[in-house]
Amino acid sequence: MGYILKERQNQVSVAGERAETIDCNKASLAGSVSQRACVFCGSRVVLYPIADALHLVHGPIGCAAYTWDIRGSLSSGPQLHRLSFSTDLQERDVIFGGEKKLTESLNELIDLHHPKAVFVYTTCIVGVIGDDVEKICQLMEQEKGIPVIPVQAPGFQGTKKDGYRIACEALFKLVGRVNKPTPPHSINILGDFNLAGELWILVEYYKRIGVNVNCSLTGDGRVEDIGNAHNAALNVVQCSGSMSRLGVMMEEKYGIPCKRVSYFGIEDMSEALYEVARFFKDDEMMEKARILVRDEFERLLPELEWYKERLRGKKAAIYVGGAFKAISLVKALRLIGVQSVIVGSQTGTKEDYDLIRNLCDEGTIIVDDSNPVELSHFVKEKGANIFIGGVKERPIAYKIGLGFCDHNHERKKALAGYEGMLNFAKEIYATAMSPVWQFTKK
Amino acid sequence: MASVITNKDIKRKTYVSTRNACKLCAPLGACIVFKGIEGCVPMVHGSQGCATYIRRYVISHYREPMDIASSNFSEQTTVYGGSRNFITSINNVIEQYHPKVMGIASTCLAETIGEDIPSLIRAYQDDNKEKEDLPLFIHASTPSYSGSHIDGFHHTVCAAIATLSVEGTQCEQINILPGFVSPADLRYLREIVDDFTVDTVIFPDYSKSLDNVFTHEYQLIPSGGTPVKDICRTGSAKATIEFGVVFDKGTVRVRNTSHMLTAGEWLQKNRYVRNYQMPMPIGIEGSDQFMKLLSQLSGHPIPQKYEEERGRLVDAYVDAHKYVFGKRAMIFGEEDLVISLLHFCKEIGIEPILIGSGGASGSLRTEAFKIFPELEGTLKVLDNSDFETMREEAEIIHPDLLIGNSKGYYISRSLKIPLVRVGFPIHDRFGGTRLHHIGYRGTQELFDRIVNALIEYKQEDSPIGYKYI
Repeated sequence: MGYILKERQNQVSVAGERAETIDCNKASLAGSVSQRACVFCGSRVVLYPIADALHLVHGPIGCAAYTWDIRGSLSSGPQLHRLSFSTDLQERDVIFGGEKKLTESLNELIDLHHPKAVFVYTTCIVGVIGDDVEKICQLMEQEKGIPVIPVQAPGFQGTKKDGYRIACEALFKLVGRVNKPTPPHSINILGDFNLAGELWILVEYYKRIGVNVNCSLTGDGRVEDIGNAHNAALNVVQCSGSMSRLGVMMEEKYGIPCKRVSYFGIEDMSEALYEVARFFKDDEMMEKARILVRDEFERLLPELEWYKERLRGKKAAIYVGGAFKAISLVKALRLIGVQSVIVGSQTGTKEDYDLIRNLCDEGTIIVDDSNPVELSHFVKEKGANIFIGGVKERPIAYKIGLGFCDHNHERKKALAGYEGMLNFAKEIYATAMSPVWQFTKK
Repeated sequence: MASVITNKDIKRKTYVSTRNACKLCAPLGACIVFKGIEGCVPMVHGSQGCATYIRRYVISHYREPMDIASSNFSEQTTVYGGSRNFITSINNVIEQYHPKVMGIASTCLAETIGEDIPSLIRAYQDDNKEKEDLPLFIHASTPSYSGSHIDGFHHTVCAAIATLSVEGTQCEQINILPGFVSPADLRYLREIVDDFTVDTVIFPDYSKSLDNVFTHEYQLIPSGGTPVKDICRTGSAKATIEFGVVFDKGTVRVRNTSHMLTAGEWLQKNRYVRNYQMPMPIGIEGSDQFMKLLSQLSGHPIPQKYEEERGRLVDAYVDAHKYVFGKRAMIFGEEDLVISLLHFCKEIGIEPILIGSGGASGSLRTEAFKIFPELEGTLKVLDNSDFETMREEAEIIHPDLLIGNSKGYYISRSLKIPLVRVGFPIHDRFGGTRLHHIGYRGTQELFDRIVNALIEYKQEDSPIGYKYI
């Protein structure tokens, strides 16, 4: 593994070879060509799906242009989040300050779109030129009578993960502003972004076991529901990296407990439903959950078996944003006969990587904050057949001749829940079994 | 629904904010140019996100490897300066990639805190004289608060040529600086000059690096790109052909009040290479002009093959003229692309009623009315504009078709009119890299696509569904 930069060597390990956990939770090494984005990106992806809020990016044009309608987060109503707004700072604004432009932009955009709330993202240079964004937001909030929330996310002030934290703090400012009657068995779903309508699948499952989803953060999100989030009995947190901070804050202030779950793969999906039923100590609910799981398994397992027979022996490389998702993917792949030989993430924690190490077979490469040099070497070394990642990893897979499954923003088919598992199996099958690979062999 | 705006709401006002930008930031343009230099790895001096966002955006169009290093500014870097990260970053890129060239683009952050990249480069070179694999450095100043991606593109072409070109005894070879065209366009250009048997440097040439064959491996530095020695010899060429008329001639920087020279102008001024500027050759007239110029510079007649391409194009114009005549189009994208498309529309009887761009050269209007003086009263010109402004206007004047990049799709969807995708980005269709735009072949392809888009629309929209059209 001589191709790994010296400073990064502790961020890579092989399951079964070393006992200590890999190094993680640190800034990307300059020049390593990390697959991560920045603080701004972290906050933007978390808040983006709130559909009736106006998202204004205060800075030069790039940050807004690259995040225009980027995530495929569906909304059942308003589509305001799919527009891209920027103060588009010019050189003169950088010299003389962008405050006036920000005020005017807020004024005109609020009057034009009548949003339920506004998020103002500050980008790198706003952090440097010192615009008083907090004050402008405060004044605008008073004038317009809607929450105007600064999201202080200059790209250089940490990593993408800090952006998650900043987004959670921004969301927390909305919580508690509304009080609506809330049924007793109510939960908030944290950390699902309704890619390809996945949230709606989950809401349906919860409904079938008698659980009311009070608020979703932030998939198909609405400002008013977030305001009422403190009236739920439980926060169910998926994608632990992005939303756990909000869970903690709500627990501290409102005493709402938190459960960490995943909806990818049928084991984790079922465990999520059981976890919630256990929490409510409701026998009827537990019984309904059992029935639901049994019904879904009966329907699904024979179909999955068909895929398993055909996919057995295939090897997968996983490189995704959050490590919790990677863990679910390892299990889901195992269910269809695919072995994970590389597991990595952009933002995993020590606990995540420990879990991965215990879960994976000996010899699996575990990596934090990787890059194209490493990933392209890894897949060749381990003889992977399939790569699961996002757009930036796609050329790595395709140029080497591996199948690829987009498990990030660009997926158009739901991959969560039971039907998601079936879609996932179909997609893995479609990419691994395509006849085109006959032409890529040397 | 908060987001639906009706005509009533639009008071035809201009907005301070930018709503759905019709432009990208300057470092993106720089990175594309760097990909057109053989053995080059781009590095963006700024936050990690800048490099990653650009990679993601570019990969979605080209579907090719797009490794861009970042010096990954932290809070400390921002306060105390970026020299340490700069050095670390270069060292790590050299170790991982062994590049022949490193293309360094600045960002808004680096420029705002006053990073002096040329002196950082010099210091690095001085400290690493002994290093065997020390790459060449090209630096482009590309803060995103000044100009857009296309300005970043042109500045970087100029920066590379200013850095590498060598003055010398005039040779027979010519330079072609085609601007931001597709990989297919670049391959076609190469074919043309080869057929003219004229020695030509095309720069930047990402025809391979951004539209490569299946390579069996992940090439860390994709094959292809204009070789450095070719960029060096641009200084001793007989002439330069440069596509574009607008560039960023209206844009002035606060520190540098004269307009920046284009690469062709720079070569003419500093290396005494005669510069021929012409619009991107879209349409018969533009292509004729380009062919004649090549013929004149090479001393060879226009090859028969192109006479035939031209002939087929004229024949196609005749066969399909009724489908397009009088259709009212909205055209958007980079200003120079829009201008060239106007030339083409003029030839086939399409009437532009709205042209828009995020570019702010200040000369779009003048150039447009040079082509269409008769439309002074009716053609709406929206420069320094954005997609939402264009959409609001389009809802009032209701064009018959849109011509531009894929980001205009949402407008075509809401107006229920066809969009013919050209340029960059094309994120919602396959094969954007293989689209031709220029020359007889590009015009032919574009013409076919426009005609078919209109026919398809008519067919889908009719209660009958014609079998013959």
